[in-house]
Amino acid sequence: MNAQGMVIVGAGEAGARAALTLRSLGWTGAITLVGDESRPPYERPPLSKRHLVAEEELPPSVIADDRTLRDSGIERIGGEAAVRIDRENHLVELAGGRKLPYERLLLATGARPRQLSAEGTGAGELLYLRRFEDAERLRGRLRPRARAVIIGGGFIGLETAASAAARGCAVTLLEAAPRLLTRGVPQAIAERVERLHRQAGVEVRLGAAVAAIDRAGDALAIRLADGTELAADVALAGIGAVPETALAASCGLELDNGVKADARLATSDPDIYAAGDCCSFPHPLYGGRRIRLEAWRNAKDQGAHAAAAMLGSDEPYAVLPWFWSDQYDQTLLVAGLAEPSDTVVLRDLGEAGRLYFHLGADGRLSAVSGMGPSEAIAKPFRQAELLAEKRAAPPAEQLADPRIKLKTWLSE
Amino acid sequence: MSDPIWVEVCDAEDIEEEDVVRFDYGDRTFAVYRTDKGDYYATDGYCTHEKFHLSNGLVMGSVIECPKHNGRFDIPTGAAKRAPVCVDLTTYPVKLDADKVYIRIPS
Repeated sequence: MNAQGMVIVGAGEAGARAALTLRSLGWTGAITLVGDESRPPYERPPLSKRHLVAEEELPPSVIADDRTLRDSGIERIGGEAAVRIDRENHLVELAGGRKLPYERLLLATGARPRQLSAEGTGAGELLYLRRFEDAERLRGRLRPRARAVIIGGGFIGLETAASAAARGCAVTLLEAAPRLLTRGVPQAIAERVERLHRQAGVEVRLGAAVAAIDRAGDALAIRLADGTELAADVALAGIGAVPETALAASCGLELDNGVKADARLATSDPDIYAAGDCCSFPHPLYGGRRIRLEAWRNAKDQGAHAAAAMLGSDEPYAVLPWFWSDQYDQTLLVAGLAEPSDTVVLRDLGEAGRLYFHLGADGRLSAVSGMGPSEAIAKPFRQAELLAEKRAAPPAEQLADPRIKLKTWLSE
Repeated sequence: MSDPIWVEVCDAEDIEEEDVVRFDYGDRTFAVYRTDKGDYYATDGYCTHEKFHLSNGLVMGSVIECPKHNGRFDIPTGAAKRAPVCVDLTTYPVKLDADKVYIRIPS
Protein backbone atom coordinates (compact mmCIF):
# COMPACT_ATOMS: atom_id res chain seq x y z
CA MET A 1 0.00 0.00 0.00
CA ASN A 2 1.17 3.49 -0.77
CA ALA A 3 1.34 5.82 2.16
CA GLN A 4 0.03 8.64 0.01
CA GLY A 5 -3.07 8.16 -2.02
CA MET A 6 -5.19 9.58 -4.76
CA VAL A 7 -7.42 12.46 -3.74
CA ILE A 8 -10.43 13.56 -5.76
CA VAL A 9 -12.08 16.89 -5.04
CA GLY A 10 -15.66 16.92 -6.29
CA ALA A 11 -17.99 13.96 -5.81
CA GLY A 12 -20.24 14.37 -8.85
CA GLU A 13 -20.26 12.24 -11.98
CA ALA A 14 -16.62 12.89 -12.95
CA GLY A 15 -15.24 12.47 -9.44
CA ALA A 16 -17.19 9.30 -8.71
CA ARG A 17 -16.24 7.70 -12.03
CA ALA A 18 -12.61 8.59 -11.46
CA ALA A 19 -12.60 6.99 -8.01
CA LEU A 20 -14.19 3.76 -9.26
CA THR A 21 -11.91 3.67 -12.31
CA LEU A 22 -8.72 4.17 -10.30
CA ARG A 23 -9.62 1.04 -8.38
CA SER A 24 -10.68 -1.00 -11.40
CA LEU A 25 -7.42 -0.09 -13.16
CA GLY A 26 -5.50 -1.66 -10.31
CA TRP A 27 -4.51 1.20 -8.01
CA THR A 28 -4.12 -0.38 -4.57
CA GLY A 29 -3.34 2.72 -2.50
CA ALA A 30 -5.77 4.98 -0.74
CA ILE A 31 -8.50 6.80 -2.69
CA THR A 32 -10.34 9.69 -1.05
CA LEU A 33 -13.39 11.32 -2.63
CA VAL A 34 -14.19 14.73 -1.17
CA GLY A 35 -17.42 16.61 -1.87
CA ASP A 36 -19.31 19.46 -0.26
CA GLU A 37 -22.63 17.67 -0.79
CA SER A 38 -23.46 15.28 2.02
CA ARG A 39 -25.20 12.58 -0.02
CA PRO A 40 -23.37 9.92 -2.04
CA PRO A 41 -22.56 10.76 -5.69
CA TYR A 42 -25.71 10.87 -7.82
CA GLU A 43 -26.69 11.49 -11.43
CA ARG A 44 -27.73 15.07 -12.17
CA PRO A 45 -29.52 14.69 -15.55
CA PRO A 46 -32.82 13.38 -14.04
CA LEU A 47 -33.09 16.44 -11.77
CA SER A 48 -34.66 18.56 -14.51
CA LYS A 49 -36.85 15.72 -15.74
CA ARG A 50 -38.32 12.86 -13.72
CA HIS A 51 -37.61 14.45 -10.33
CA LEU A 52 -39.60 17.55 -11.30
CA VAL A 53 -42.46 15.67 -12.92
CA ALA A 54 -42.94 13.38 -9.91
CA GLU A 55 -45.74 14.11 -7.46
CA GLU A 56 -43.62 12.87 -4.57
CA GLU A 57 -39.92 13.19 -3.84
CA LEU A 58 -37.92 10.56 -5.72
CA PRO A 59 -34.64 9.32 -4.29
CA PRO A 60 -31.58 10.45 -6.27
CA SER A 61 -30.09 8.03 -8.82
CA VAL A 62 -26.99 7.09 -6.89
CA ILE A 63 -23.83 6.38 -8.89
CA ALA A 64 -22.08 4.56 -6.05
CA ASP A 65 -23.61 4.16 -2.60
CA ASP A 66 -21.51 4.11 0.55
CA ARG A 67 -21.42 0.35 0.63
CA THR A 68 -20.12 0.15 -2.95
CA LEU A 69 -17.50 2.76 -2.15
CA ARG A 70 -16.49 0.97 1.04
CA ASP A 71 -16.25 -2.36 -0.80
CA SER A 72 -13.97 -0.62 -3.33
CA GLY A 73 -11.83 0.80 -0.56
CA ILE A 74 -12.80 4.38 -1.38
CA GLU A 75 -13.13 6.80 1.51
CA ARG A 76 -15.88 9.35 0.92
CA ILE A 77 -15.82 12.63 2.82
CA GLY A 78 -19.18 14.31 2.31
CA GLY A 79 -20.58 17.67 3.33
CA GLU A 80 -17.15 19.22 3.60
CA ALA A 81 -15.45 21.43 1.04
CA ALA A 82 -11.77 21.40 0.15
CA VAL A 83 -10.53 24.92 0.86
CA ARG A 84 -6.82 24.92 0.08
CA ILE A 85 -4.21 23.06 -1.90
CA ASP A 86 -0.61 23.06 -0.73
CA ARG A 87 1.16 22.00 -3.91
CA GLU A 88 4.62 22.08 -2.42
CA ASN A 89 3.76 19.58 0.30
CA HIS A 90 1.08 17.73 -1.71
CA LEU A 91 -1.71 18.41 0.76
CA VAL A 92 -5.40 19.20 0.37
CA GLU A 93 -6.91 21.02 3.31
CA LEU A 94 -10.59 20.60 4.14
CA ALA A 95 -12.93 23.15 5.69
CA GLY A 96 -12.79 21.27 9.01
CA GLY A 97 -9.01 21.49 9.09
CA ARG A 98 -8.12 17.95 8.08
CA LYS A 99 -5.15 17.72 5.71
CA LEU A 100 -5.13 14.95 3.10
CA PRO A 101 -1.77 14.04 1.58
CA TYR A 102 -1.93 13.21 -2.13
CA GLU A 103 0.28 11.57 -4.63
CA ARG A 104 -1.97 12.72 -7.46
CA LEU A 105 -4.96 15.00 -7.16
CA LEU A 106 -8.03 15.31 -9.38
CA LEU A 107 -10.10 18.47 -9.53
CA ALA A 108 -13.66 17.55 -10.50
CA THR A 109 -15.23 20.60 -8.95
CA GLY A 110 -17.93 21.05 -11.58
CA ALA A 111 -19.75 24.28 -12.29
CA ARG A 112 -22.35 26.45 -10.63
CA PRO A 113 -25.38 28.09 -12.24
CA ARG A 114 -24.67 31.51 -13.69
CA GLN A 115 -26.57 34.11 -11.67
CA LEU A 116 -28.90 36.45 -13.47
CA SER A 117 -28.11 40.08 -12.84
CA ALA A 118 -31.39 41.94 -12.58
CA GLU A 119 -32.53 44.90 -10.54
CA GLY A 120 -35.35 44.76 -8.04
CA THR A 121 -36.41 43.42 -4.68
CA GLY A 122 -37.26 39.96 -6.00
CA ALA A 123 -34.04 39.05 -7.80
CA GLY A 124 -32.94 37.01 -4.80
CA GLU A 125 -36.09 34.85 -5.11
CA LEU A 126 -34.98 33.35 -8.42
CA LEU A 127 -34.39 29.61 -8.30
CA TYR A 128 -31.50 27.78 -9.98
CA LEU A 129 -31.06 24.11 -10.70
CA ARG A 130 -27.92 22.13 -10.09
CA ARG A 131 -28.27 19.94 -7.02
CA PHE A 132 -30.82 17.50 -5.68
CA GLU A 133 -32.01 20.03 -3.10
CA ASP A 134 -32.53 22.61 -5.87
CA ALA A 135 -34.75 20.15 -7.75
CA GLU A 136 -36.76 19.37 -4.62
CA ARG A 137 -37.31 23.04 -3.84
CA LEU A 138 -38.42 23.64 -7.41
CA ARG A 139 -40.66 20.55 -7.50
CA GLY A 140 -42.50 21.76 -4.42
CA ARG A 141 -43.30 25.02 -6.20
CA LEU A 142 -44.49 23.54 -9.50
CA ARG A 143 -48.09 23.17 -8.42
CA PRO A 144 -50.91 22.86 -10.94
CA ARG A 145 -51.88 26.27 -12.37
CA ALA A 146 -48.87 27.95 -10.75
CA ARG A 147 -47.47 30.64 -13.02
CA ALA A 148 -43.95 29.49 -13.81
CA VAL A 149 -41.50 31.79 -15.58
CA ILE A 150 -38.37 30.11 -16.88
CA ILE A 151 -35.51 32.37 -17.91
CA GLY A 152 -33.20 30.79 -20.47
CA GLY A 153 -33.89 28.72 -23.58
CA GLY A 154 -31.03 26.24 -23.19
CA PHE A 155 -31.27 22.62 -22.07
CA ILE A 156 -31.96 23.34 -18.38
CA GLY A 157 -34.58 25.97 -19.11
CA LEU A 158 -36.34 23.91 -21.76
CA GLU A 159 -36.35 20.68 -19.77
CA THR A 160 -37.67 22.53 -16.73
CA ALA A 161 -40.35 24.17 -18.89
CA ALA A 162 -41.41 20.76 -20.20
CA SER A 163 -41.54 19.35 -16.66
CA ALA A 164 -43.48 22.35 -15.37
CA ALA A 165 -45.97 22.01 -18.24
CA ALA A 166 -46.37 18.32 -17.39
CA ARG A 167 -47.19 19.33 -13.80
CA GLY A 168 -49.96 21.59 -15.04
CA CYS A 169 -48.23 24.92 -14.53
CA ALA A 170 -48.87 27.94 -16.75
CA VAL A 171 -45.40 28.26 -18.21
CA THR A 172 -43.67 31.20 -19.86
CA LEU A 173 -40.19 30.66 -21.26
CA LEU A 174 -37.98 33.69 -21.84
CA GLU A 175 -34.93 33.65 -24.10
CA ALA A 176 -32.87 36.78 -24.69
CA ALA A 177 -31.56 35.60 -28.07
CA PRO A 178 -33.74 35.53 -31.21
CA ARG A 179 -33.86 31.69 -31.11
CA LEU A 180 -33.68 28.79 -28.65
CA LEU A 181 -30.64 26.58 -28.06
CA THR A 182 -28.05 28.99 -29.37
CA ARG A 183 -25.11 26.80 -28.42
CA GLY A 184 -24.30 23.95 -30.79
CA VAL A 185 -27.81 23.00 -31.91
CA PRO A 186 -28.81 23.67 -35.52
CA GLN A 187 -31.55 26.16 -36.25
CA ALA A 188 -33.82 23.48 -37.71
CA ILE A 189 -33.88 21.55 -34.43
CA ALA A 190 -34.25 24.71 -32.35
CA GLU A 191 -37.36 25.55 -34.37
CA ARG A 192 -38.85 22.08 -33.85
CA VAL A 193 -38.17 22.34 -30.12
CA GLU A 194 -39.92 25.70 -30.04
CA ARG A 195 -42.96 24.24 -31.79
CA LEU A 196 -43.02 21.33 -29.35
CA HIS A 197 -43.16 23.70 -26.39
CA ARG A 198 -45.84 25.89 -27.96
CA GLN A 199 -47.94 22.77 -28.64
CA ALA A 200 -47.64 21.89 -24.96
CA GLY A 201 -49.03 25.29 -24.06
CA VAL A 202 -45.76 26.96 -23.09
CA GLU A 203 -45.60 30.63 -24.00
CA VAL A 204 -42.22 31.06 -25.66
CA ARG A 205 -40.89 34.63 -25.84
CA LEU A 206 -37.74 35.13 -27.88
CA GLY A 207 -35.61 38.26 -27.73
CA ALA A 208 -36.95 38.76 -24.20
CA ALA A 209 -34.38 40.19 -21.80
CA VAL A 210 -35.19 40.53 -18.10
CA ALA A 211 -34.73 44.07 -16.74
CA ALA A 212 -36.01 43.79 -13.19
CA ILE A 213 -37.63 41.38 -10.76
CA ASP A 214 -39.71 42.75 -7.91
CA ARG A 215 -41.73 41.22 -5.14
CA ALA A 216 -45.47 41.59 -5.62
CA GLY A 217 -47.18 40.09 -2.60
CA ASP A 218 -46.51 36.35 -2.65
CA ALA A 219 -45.59 36.50 -6.32
CA LEU A 220 -42.85 38.07 -8.40
CA ALA A 221 -43.27 40.79 -11.01
CA ILE A 222 -40.81 40.22 -13.83
CA ARG A 223 -40.26 43.25 -16.03
CA LEU A 224 -38.76 42.76 -19.48
CA ALA A 225 -36.57 45.23 -21.33
CA ASP A 226 -39.50 46.12 -23.62
CA GLY A 227 -41.62 47.06 -20.61
CA THR A 228 -43.79 43.92 -20.53
CA GLU A 229 -44.52 42.74 -17.01
CA LEU A 230 -45.11 39.09 -16.10
CA ALA A 231 -46.43 37.69 -12.82
CA ALA A 232 -44.71 34.56 -11.53
CA ASP A 233 -45.49 32.23 -8.61
CA VAL A 234 -42.19 30.53 -9.31
CA ALA A 235 -39.25 31.70 -11.43
CA LEU A 236 -36.14 29.80 -12.44
CA ALA A 237 -33.05 30.97 -14.30
CA GLY A 238 -31.12 28.50 -16.45
CA ILE A 239 -28.69 30.80 -18.22
CA GLY A 240 -25.54 28.74 -18.27
CA ALA A 241 -22.94 27.65 -15.78
CA VAL A 242 -19.67 29.00 -14.47
CA PRO A 243 -16.81 26.57 -13.87
CA GLU A 244 -15.74 26.18 -10.24
CA THR A 245 -12.14 27.30 -10.42
CA ALA A 246 -11.59 29.03 -7.06
CA LEU A 247 -9.59 26.17 -5.56
CA ALA A 248 -7.40 25.85 -8.66
CA ALA A 249 -6.87 29.61 -8.83
CA SER A 250 -5.94 29.85 -5.16
CA CYS A 251 -2.98 27.52 -5.62
CA GLY A 252 -1.79 29.16 -8.80
CA LEU A 253 -2.91 26.62 -11.41
CA GLU A 254 -3.37 28.03 -14.90
CA LEU A 255 -6.94 28.86 -15.88
CA ASP A 256 -8.48 29.32 -19.32
CA ASN A 257 -12.27 29.17 -19.34
CA GLY A 258 -12.00 26.66 -16.51
CA VAL A 259 -9.10 24.74 -15.06
CA LYS A 260 -6.65 24.56 -17.93
CA ALA A 261 -5.72 20.97 -18.76
CA ASP A 262 -3.62 19.43 -21.52
CA ALA A 263 -4.78 16.68 -23.87
CA ARG A 264 -4.19 14.02 -21.17
CA LEU A 265 -6.21 16.14 -18.67
CA ALA A 266 -3.17 17.12 -16.59
CA THR A 267 -3.21 20.72 -15.34
CA SER A 268 -0.20 23.04 -15.26
CA ASP A 269 0.94 21.00 -12.22
CA PRO A 270 1.81 17.48 -13.45
CA ASP A 271 0.47 15.92 -10.25
CA ILE A 272 -2.92 17.62 -10.51
CA TYR A 273 -5.58 16.65 -13.06
CA ALA A 274 -8.96 18.06 -14.04
CA ALA A 275 -12.16 16.47 -15.35
CA GLY A 276 -15.78 17.32 -16.05
CA ASP A 277 -17.55 20.67 -16.15
CA CYS A 278 -14.61 22.57 -14.61
CA CYS A 279 -12.04 21.36 -17.13
CA SER A 280 -10.98 23.05 -20.37
CA PHE A 281 -8.88 20.95 -22.70
CA PRO A 282 -7.62 20.90 -26.31
CA HIS A 283 -9.69 18.53 -28.45
CA PRO A 284 -7.59 16.49 -30.90
CA LEU A 285 -10.54 15.76 -33.21
CA TYR A 286 -10.99 19.50 -33.78
CA GLY A 287 -7.44 20.63 -34.42
CA GLY A 288 -6.59 21.03 -30.76
CA ARG A 289 -9.27 23.67 -30.23
CA ARG A 290 -9.67 24.38 -26.49
CA ILE A 291 -13.15 23.57 -25.27
CA ARG A 292 -15.00 23.00 -22.02
CA LEU A 293 -18.08 20.80 -21.91
CA GLU A 294 -20.96 20.81 -19.48
CA ALA A 295 -22.41 17.41 -20.17
CA TRP A 296 -23.11 14.16 -18.39
CA ARG A 297 -21.29 11.86 -20.75
CA ASN A 298 -18.22 14.08 -20.85
CA ALA A 299 -18.06 14.11 -17.06
CA LYS A 300 -18.31 10.32 -16.93
CA ASP A 301 -15.75 9.77 -19.69
CA GLN A 302 -13.29 12.41 -18.49
CA GLY A 303 -13.46 11.07 -14.95
CA ALA A 304 -12.45 7.65 -16.21
CA HIS A 305 -9.84 9.13 -18.54
CA ALA A 306 -8.28 11.27 -15.83
CA ALA A 307 -8.03 8.20 -13.59
CA ALA A 308 -5.99 6.41 -16.25
CA ALA A 309 -3.84 9.52 -16.76
CA MET A 310 -3.22 9.76 -12.99
CA LEU A 311 -1.84 6.23 -13.22
CA GLY A 312 0.51 7.19 -16.05
CA SER A 313 -1.45 6.78 -19.30
CA ASP A 314 -0.34 9.14 -22.08
CA GLU A 315 -3.53 8.80 -24.15
CA PRO A 316 -5.16 12.07 -25.21
CA TYR A 317 -8.85 12.50 -24.40
CA ALA A 318 -10.49 12.32 -27.82
CA VAL A 319 -14.12 11.41 -27.20
CA LEU A 320 -16.64 13.07 -29.52
CA PRO A 321 -18.56 15.73 -27.54
CA TRP A 322 -22.11 14.49 -26.95
CA PHE A 323 -25.24 16.07 -25.54
CA TRP A 324 -28.79 14.99 -25.17
CA SER A 325 -31.99 16.47 -23.88
CA ASP A 326 -35.39 14.90 -23.19
CA GLN A 327 -38.40 17.15 -23.59
CA TYR A 328 -41.92 15.72 -23.57
CA ASP A 329 -41.73 12.43 -25.54
CA GLN A 330 -38.90 13.69 -27.72
CA THR A 331 -35.15 13.41 -27.41
CA LEU A 332 -32.73 15.71 -29.10
CA LEU A 333 -29.14 14.66 -29.53
CA VAL A 334 -25.97 16.33 -30.71
CA ALA A 335 -22.60 14.67 -31.24
CA GLY A 336 -19.55 16.59 -32.35
CA LEU A 337 -18.95 20.30 -32.71
CA ALA A 338 -20.90 21.84 -35.55
CA GLU A 339 -19.56 24.93 -37.29
CA PRO A 340 -21.85 27.63 -38.70
CA SER A 341 -20.13 27.14 -42.07
CA ASP A 342 -21.01 23.40 -42.21
CA THR A 343 -23.32 22.07 -44.88
CA VAL A 344 -26.32 20.51 -43.15
CA VAL A 345 -27.94 17.46 -44.75
CA LEU A 346 -31.33 16.26 -43.52
CA ARG A 347 -32.24 12.58 -43.37
CA ASP A 348 -35.97 12.30 -42.70
CA LEU A 349 -36.72 9.06 -40.85
CA GLY A 350 -40.47 9.61 -40.81
CA GLU A 351 -41.96 8.61 -37.48
CA ALA A 352 -38.53 7.80 -36.06
CA GLY A 353 -37.52 11.47 -36.32
CA ARG A 354 -34.89 13.40 -38.19
CA LEU A 355 -31.12 13.31 -38.45
CA TYR A 356 -29.01 16.28 -39.49
CA PHE A 357 -25.52 15.62 -40.82
CA HIS A 358 -23.02 18.45 -40.55
CA LEU A 359 -20.40 18.25 -43.28
CA GLY A 360 -17.29 20.38 -43.00
CA ALA A 361 -15.53 22.11 -45.89
CA ASP A 362 -13.45 18.93 -46.40
CA GLY A 363 -16.63 16.90 -47.00
CA ARG A 364 -16.19 14.97 -43.75
CA LEU A 365 -18.73 14.74 -40.97
CA SER A 366 -17.94 17.17 -38.18
CA ALA A 367 -21.11 16.59 -36.18
CA VAL A 368 -24.54 15.00 -36.26
CA SER A 369 -27.70 16.06 -34.54
CA GLY A 370 -31.10 14.49 -34.34
CA MET A 371 -34.52 14.72 -32.84
CA GLY A 372 -37.34 12.24 -32.56
CA PRO A 373 -39.34 10.01 -30.23
CA SER A 374 -36.95 8.97 -27.47
CA GLU A 375 -36.88 5.24 -28.20
CA ALA A 376 -36.99 5.44 -32.00
CA ILE A 377 -34.29 8.03 -32.63
CA ALA A 378 -31.68 6.30 -30.46
CA LYS A 379 -30.39 3.64 -32.82
CA PRO A 380 -30.18 5.68 -36.02
CA PHE A 381 -28.56 8.51 -34.11
CA ARG A 382 -25.97 6.19 -32.61
CA GLN A 383 -25.05 4.93 -36.07
CA ALA A 384 -24.75 8.51 -37.31
CA GLU A 385 -22.62 9.36 -34.30
CA LEU A 386 -20.23 6.51 -35.06
CA LEU A 387 -19.89 7.90 -38.60
CA ALA A 388 -19.03 11.33 -37.21
CA GLU A 389 -16.53 9.74 -34.83
CA LYS A 390 -14.79 8.25 -37.87
CA ARG A 391 -14.99 11.60 -39.66
CA ALA A 392 -16.55 9.64 -42.53
CA ALA A 393 -17.24 11.41 -45.83
CA PRO A 394 -20.40 9.87 -47.32
CA PRO A 395 -21.90 11.64 -50.35
CA ALA A 396 -24.51 14.18 -49.24
CA GLU A 397 -27.26 12.88 -51.54
CA GLN A 398 -26.85 9.37 -50.12
CA LEU A 399 -26.89 10.62 -46.53
CA ALA A 400 -30.19 12.29 -47.31
CA ASP A 401 -31.71 9.03 -48.56
CA PRO A 402 -33.19 7.00 -45.68
CA ARG A 403 -33.35 3.89 -47.87
CA ILE A 404 -29.56 3.66 -47.81
CA LYS A 405 -28.49 2.15 -44.51
CA LEU A 406 -26.08 4.07 -42.34
CA LYS A 407 -24.30 0.81 -41.62
CA THR A 408 -23.08 0.95 -45.23
CA TRP A 409 -20.41 3.48 -44.29
CA LEU A 410 -19.71 2.14 -40.82
CA SER A 411 -17.97 -0.96 -42.07
CA GLU A 412 -15.91 0.91 -44.67
CA MET B 1 -42.32 -22.53 -10.62
CA SER B 2 -43.07 -24.93 -13.46
CA ASP B 3 -40.63 -26.02 -16.13
CA PRO B 4 -39.29 -23.53 -18.64
CA ILE B 5 -40.96 -23.57 -22.01
CA TRP B 6 -39.66 -22.91 -25.52
CA VAL B 7 -41.44 -20.00 -27.15
CA GLU B 8 -41.28 -19.08 -30.82
CA VAL B 9 -39.93 -15.55 -31.39
CA CYS B 10 -39.73 -15.03 -35.17
CA ASP B 11 -38.18 -16.30 -38.37
CA ALA B 12 -34.40 -16.48 -38.26
CA GLU B 13 -34.25 -14.04 -41.17
CA ASP B 14 -36.37 -11.49 -39.32
CA ILE B 15 -33.32 -10.44 -37.32
CA GLU B 16 -30.61 -8.88 -39.41
CA GLU B 17 -27.02 -9.77 -38.80
CA GLU B 18 -25.58 -7.57 -36.01
CA ASP B 19 -29.03 -6.51 -34.89
CA VAL B 20 -31.63 -6.99 -32.20
CA VAL B 21 -35.42 -7.20 -31.96
CA ARG B 22 -37.90 -6.80 -29.16
CA PHE B 23 -39.98 -9.78 -28.09
CA ASP B 24 -42.87 -9.49 -25.64
CA TYR B 25 -44.36 -12.52 -23.94
CA GLY B 26 -47.13 -12.06 -21.43
CA ASP B 27 -46.06 -9.19 -19.24
CA ARG B 28 -42.40 -9.83 -19.91
CA THR B 29 -40.14 -8.33 -22.51
CA PHE B 30 -36.92 -9.60 -24.05
CA ALA B 31 -34.23 -8.56 -26.49
CA VAL B 32 -33.31 -11.21 -29.05
CA TYR B 33 -30.03 -10.76 -30.90
CA ARG B 34 -28.15 -11.96 -33.94
CA THR B 35 -24.44 -11.22 -33.65
CA ASP B 36 -21.94 -10.42 -36.40
CA LYS B 37 -21.03 -14.12 -36.43
CA GLY B 38 -24.65 -15.09 -37.05
CA ASP B 39 -25.30 -16.51 -33.56
CA TYR B 40 -28.61 -15.91 -31.79
CA TYR B 41 -29.00 -14.89 -28.13
CA ALA B 42 -31.65 -13.52 -25.80
CA THR B 43 -31.59 -11.33 -22.69
CA ASP B 44 -34.01 -9.34 -20.60
CA GLY B 45 -35.40 -6.46 -22.64
CA TYR B 46 -34.65 -3.55 -20.39
CA CYS B 47 -31.24 -2.15 -19.52
CA THR B 48 -30.30 -2.68 -15.87
CA HIS B 49 -29.43 1.01 -15.40
CA GLU B 50 -32.62 2.75 -16.42
CA LYS B 51 -35.72 1.41 -18.08
CA PHE B 52 -34.82 1.67 -21.74
CA HIS B 53 -35.40 -1.16 -24.15
CA LEU B 54 -32.24 -2.67 -25.54
CA SER B 55 -33.94 -3.50 -28.83
CA ASN B 56 -33.45 0.18 -29.67
CA GLY B 57 -29.74 -0.17 -29.00
CA LEU B 58 -26.88 -0.87 -31.34
CA VAL B 59 -25.31 -4.32 -31.71
CA MET B 60 -21.57 -4.12 -32.28
CA GLY B 61 -20.08 -7.56 -32.84
CA SER B 62 -21.33 -9.45 -29.79
CA VAL B 63 -21.92 -6.37 -27.64
CA ILE B 64 -25.20 -4.51 -27.14
CA GLU B 65 -25.07 -0.83 -26.32
CA CYS B 66 -28.01 0.71 -24.49
CA PRO B 67 -29.60 3.47 -26.57
CA LYS B 68 -29.95 5.89 -23.69
CA HIS B 69 -26.66 6.16 -21.86
CA ASN B 70 -24.42 3.92 -23.95
CA GLY B 71 -23.80 1.37 -21.24
CA ARG B 72 -22.68 -1.93 -22.78
CA PHE B 73 -23.32 -5.63 -22.18
CA ASP B 74 -21.71 -8.76 -23.56
CA ILE B 75 -24.59 -10.43 -25.41
CA PRO B 76 -23.71 -14.13 -24.87
CA THR B 77 -23.15 -13.77 -21.11
CA GLY B 78 -25.17 -10.64 -20.26
CA ALA B 79 -22.12 -9.27 -18.43
CA ALA B 80 -22.07 -5.50 -17.81
CA LYS B 81 -19.14 -4.11 -19.81
CA ARG B 82 -19.17 -0.33 -19.54
CA ALA B 83 -20.47 2.36 -17.18
CA PRO B 84 -23.04 3.45 -16.30
CA VAL B 85 -24.28 -0.14 -16.24
CA CYS B 86 -22.95 -2.27 -13.40
CA VAL B 87 -25.61 -5.00 -13.04
CA ASP B 88 -25.51 -7.94 -15.48
CA LEU B 89 -28.41 -8.81 -17.77
CA THR B 90 -30.25 -12.11 -17.36
CA THR B 91 -29.77 -14.30 -20.42
CA TYR B 92 -32.08 -16.97 -21.87
CA PRO B 93 -31.28 -20.03 -23.96
CA VAL B 94 -32.04 -19.74 -27.67
CA LYS B 95 -32.44 -22.42 -30.33
CA LEU B 96 -33.06 -22.46 -34.05
CA ASP B 97 -35.49 -24.99 -35.43
CA ALA B 98 -36.70 -25.06 -39.03
CA ASP B 99 -35.44 -21.49 -39.53
CA LYS B 100 -37.39 -20.21 -36.57
CA VAL B 101 -35.93 -18.67 -33.41
CA TYR B 102 -37.08 -19.97 -30.02
CA ILE B 103 -36.18 -18.79 -26.54
CA ARG B 104 -36.62 -20.71 -23.33
CA ILE B 105 -38.58 -18.75 -20.78
CA PRO B 106 -39.08 -19.77 -17.15
CA SER B 107 -42.85 -19.96 -16.89
